[in-house]
Formats: sequence, structure tokens, C-alpha cells
Amino acid sequence: MFRNNYDNDSVTFSPQGRIFQVEYAQEAVKQGSVVVGIVSKTHAVLAALKRNAEELSSYQKKIIPIDTHYGIALAGLASDARVLSNFMKQQSLASRLTYDRPIPLAQITARIGDRAQTNTQQYGKRPYGVGLLIAGVDAKGPHLFEFQPSGVTQEMIACGIGARSQMARTYLERNLDEFEGSTREELIKHALRALKDSLSQDKELTMENTSLGVSGVEEDFRMYEGQEIANWLETTFERAEEEGGESMEVDT
Amino acid sequence: MDHFPQAWGRPRDDIYGSYNPSYLPHNKGGYQAHPNGQPNTHTQSPIVTGTSVIAIKFKSGVVIAADNLASYGSLARFTDVKRLKPFNKKAVVGFGGDVSDMQYLDRLLSSLDVQENYRSGSSGHGDEEAENRAMMSAKNLHTYLSKVMYKRRTDFNPLWNALLVAGLDEKSTPFLAFADLLGTTYSSPTLATGFGAHLAQPIMRRAVPDEEASQNLEREKAVEVVKQCMKVLFYRDARSMNVYSMAVIDENGVDLKEDIKLEAESWAFAEGIKGYGTQTV
Repeated sequence: MFRNNYDNDSVTFSPQGRIFQVEYAQEAVKQGSVVVGIVSKTHAVLAALKRNAEELSSYQKKIIPIDTHYGIALAGLASDARVLSNFMKQQSLASRLTYDRPIPLAQITARIGDRAQTNTQQYGKRPYGVGLLIAGVDAKGPHLFEFQPSGVTQEMIACGIGARSQMARTYLERNLDEFEGSTREELIKHALRALKDSLSQDKELTMENTSLGVSGVEEDFRMYEGQEIANWLETTFERAEEEGGESMEVDT
Repeated sequence: MDHFPQAWGRPRDDIYGSYNPSYLPHNKGGYQAHPNGQPNTHTQSPIVTGTSVIAIKFKSGVVIAADNLASYGSLARFTDVKRLKPFNKKAVVGFGGDVSDMQYLDRLLSSLDVQENYRSGSSGHGDEEAENRAMMSAKNLHTYLSKVMYKRRTDFNPLWNALLVAGLDEKSTPFLAFADLLGTTYSSPTLATGFGAHLAQPIMRRAVPDEEASQNLEREKAVEVVKQCMKVLFYRDARSMNVYSMAVIDENGVDLKEDIKLEAESWAFAEGIKGYGTQTV
């Protein structure tokens, strides 16, 4: 009757040593639309593909600015991301109040990591069904962290999560060496190209379905959407189209 | 059948009588029954005390000093109490007031330091300059301590101290600020707590009248003024002693000396003082 006897709660191991509820939560991340993050020596960039439930509806928000120095991009259950982002906002303000300093990104990442892990260890709780990319700048410079529903957090140079994100990660891996020395504009273009690579054939990046989050040393985190990103989309992809044209000539 | 899960597994009230909640922790509704029916009281006055702490900001850092005496009322009870506590390479805290509260705050700062180093160690960057920049600054520490002090006075259970936090802020510029048992804070190029505020502050202000003067002040001159102030304090503050600690904090870290003897001590001036006690001029 049941496909699986060990997936009723998040505290029971299967005989193979797996916790299915956590794995299902990680599947939820893969259902979400793709988000990409990259850091250079001076900047941290998030790029996200927004989805609309239907033609007439608005697009689901993918990037949430948390504090002046950082923001998050989410893939998975947006409502769980809202809970986490509220928590992060509150912790960030607490750090400014008690210590008069912007919260270090490693610290806020560890906090939500601990919170998510607790959910996988208490009966009656469920893991968060959302993956996050946390990008921004603190006293130690620009950072990008990945957060998973299991509570695993890792510092990354570049990362993509969400549906078909493997394609984006392939792009990022190919260009890994360039990121560290990239300028702000180059980094944004890399992020957009990685995002584009994960799209299916019939889809394109447009002003409506793309979000960017940029922060840098001496530059506060800001989200860019709509008309503000038109220029970046244009300059990033006109060259790509030319290259595409050349390679087609070679084929014929 | 008792249908309330919170009662399951507990001694039944109808057999054992209801639980005496006064034994519970305070935050769970517990209370200590006081024998004379009076309410709980907290610290009403300090017991073993340290006297003044003084500090001066100079060009590239801060000098801070406090003597090594802990008094029990007017009794010079302990003569080896170190009242300057280095927090890290960027900050030193000087404590005046109750010594047991100082020891509590010292333990609090130790655990804060452990937390901070555990965090920064875990990122595994190994970039020393970045570690240094991200290290908690004297300003961060002062903000934290002032919140601790204010919280405790709001609970009507104050930590009976006056603190000076000396060191560098996150931009590595000299930082000096005050916090006390009321949660009051202020900052100035020269600061003194307790009697020092009356006896030493005027002397320090003569050397450093304003922020600009402190930015032009050499380290040697700042140390000299602090030494002079410690001598005046020993002569005129009856709860002081002639052995003191002094720390200099600058980009090179904390230079702390804990057993400095007062130099060229002389009471010859004393017989010239008129106007006290039974003298009739």
C-alpha cells in the first residue's frame, strides 16, 4: 500500500540510513525556478528566473533584500522562504542593535542552518522546503552561501539551485576561473548567461521574468527588476546571438 | 482519565497536593518565599569596589589606566586586583565599581570572545587581514556592554560598575567610550570614572582640550599625562594605591603592564596644605 515505510516523519531513519522527508524537501528545491549567485573579489551577484502561475498573474518574487549589506534568492516554497527571511531580517537588526555592526554573513547563514537542522530532528516538525543563496558583503568582503533544507550550508564561489540548474552550474564551472577578477558588469553578465543556459529552448530572459541582486564593497545590496535590467539583458545577449550566428555558419 | 496531556506523568494533585511553584526557575513562575515577607531585593550598593579608571585618546591609539586596589568599604582589602581586561587585539575594558560584578562581566566577555573566535575560525579563510578587519572592535564591544548594563538596570538588578572601553573602531581609528550601571553612555577624547572624573579629568583636559588636540597627541605625551594623573589620584583619592595597571592600544595590539609603581612619590607637599580639620589657618 505504501511505497515507502520510512517517510512518515523527519526523525526516522530508513534501514539504508536515509531520512526521506529531508530528501523530499530537497526535491521541492528542484521544483522551484532557477537562481544563480556568483562572487568576485569586490562584488556578489544574484540572478533569478521568476515564474508566473498563469498568463494573467504577476511573477513570484525570487530575491529578497534582507539588510543593507545582503539579500537572498530562493528556490522552492516561497512561504518557507518568507519565514526564513523574516527571521534573517530580525537577526540582522538584532546584530545592529546589540553590537552596532552589520551581521557577518557566515553568522546569519549558520543561524538559519541551525534552525533548519532542528526541524529535521524533532517529531512533528518538517524540513523547510526551500533552498537559499545568501549573497552580500560583510567586514570580510563579498560572500555567497548556499543553504539547503537539510540545514547544510556551504560557502560558494558560484552556485545555482532550482529547476534545470545543472545547466547553469555547468556554465559556472566552465567559467570558474574568471569570476574572482571580474568587474561588477562582467559578473552580472556571467550570472545572466548562467541563468539563460538553464532555460528550456522555448523560453527567454525578459525584463518581466528576470531579477538581479547586486552588492559590492562600498555598495549596498539592491534588487534590480523590470526596466532597470533591460540594458544588461540587451548587452549580455546581443553578443551571444552573434556568436550563435557564427557557429551556425561553421555548421553549414 | 485526565485528558490534559500536560498533566500526564505528573504526581496527581488529589493525592500529593499541588506542586509548589516557588521552586521553579524564576522565568517559569518560580519565586523564593522570603522569611520576613519582604519582596526579593537585588544589589542596593556595591561591596568590594575598585576606584577610578582613566583614559586618553591619542594620535594612533588609546592609553587607559586603573590602580590595582579593591577596597572593602574604606579598608584596602585586596592590593593585586587587575581592573583592566583586554578583550582582543583591538579592545580593553577598564572597570570601576563592584569587583564581583566586574568578574561577572569578565566571564561574559570571555564567552563572547570564544563565540567570536569559533565563528571566525569556522569560515576557514585564513586571510589574516580580513580576520583582523572582521574582529569585534572596541565600538562593537562598547555597544554590547552598554546594552548589558541597560538591561540589568531595567531589571532593577544593576551591575554596579562604571566602564571605560578603549581601543580601535572598525576603521582602526582610536575609540574611547564610557558606560555605567544606569546604561548611560558617552564618549570623549579623555574620560575618567569615579573620583577620577573630578581629580584627573581637569588635568587630562588641560593636555587634550578637544578632539583635534587628541589627534595631534603623541603616545609618549599621552602616557606621561596618564602617569601624572595616577599620581594625583593616589595623593588625593583615599581609596587608591600606588601600584597600577596601564594599557596602550594601537594598530600593533594591546600593550598591557599590570604592576607599575608610582614614580618619584613624595608627600612633601602635604605639610603646605591648609584648611582641613582642626587647623585654624
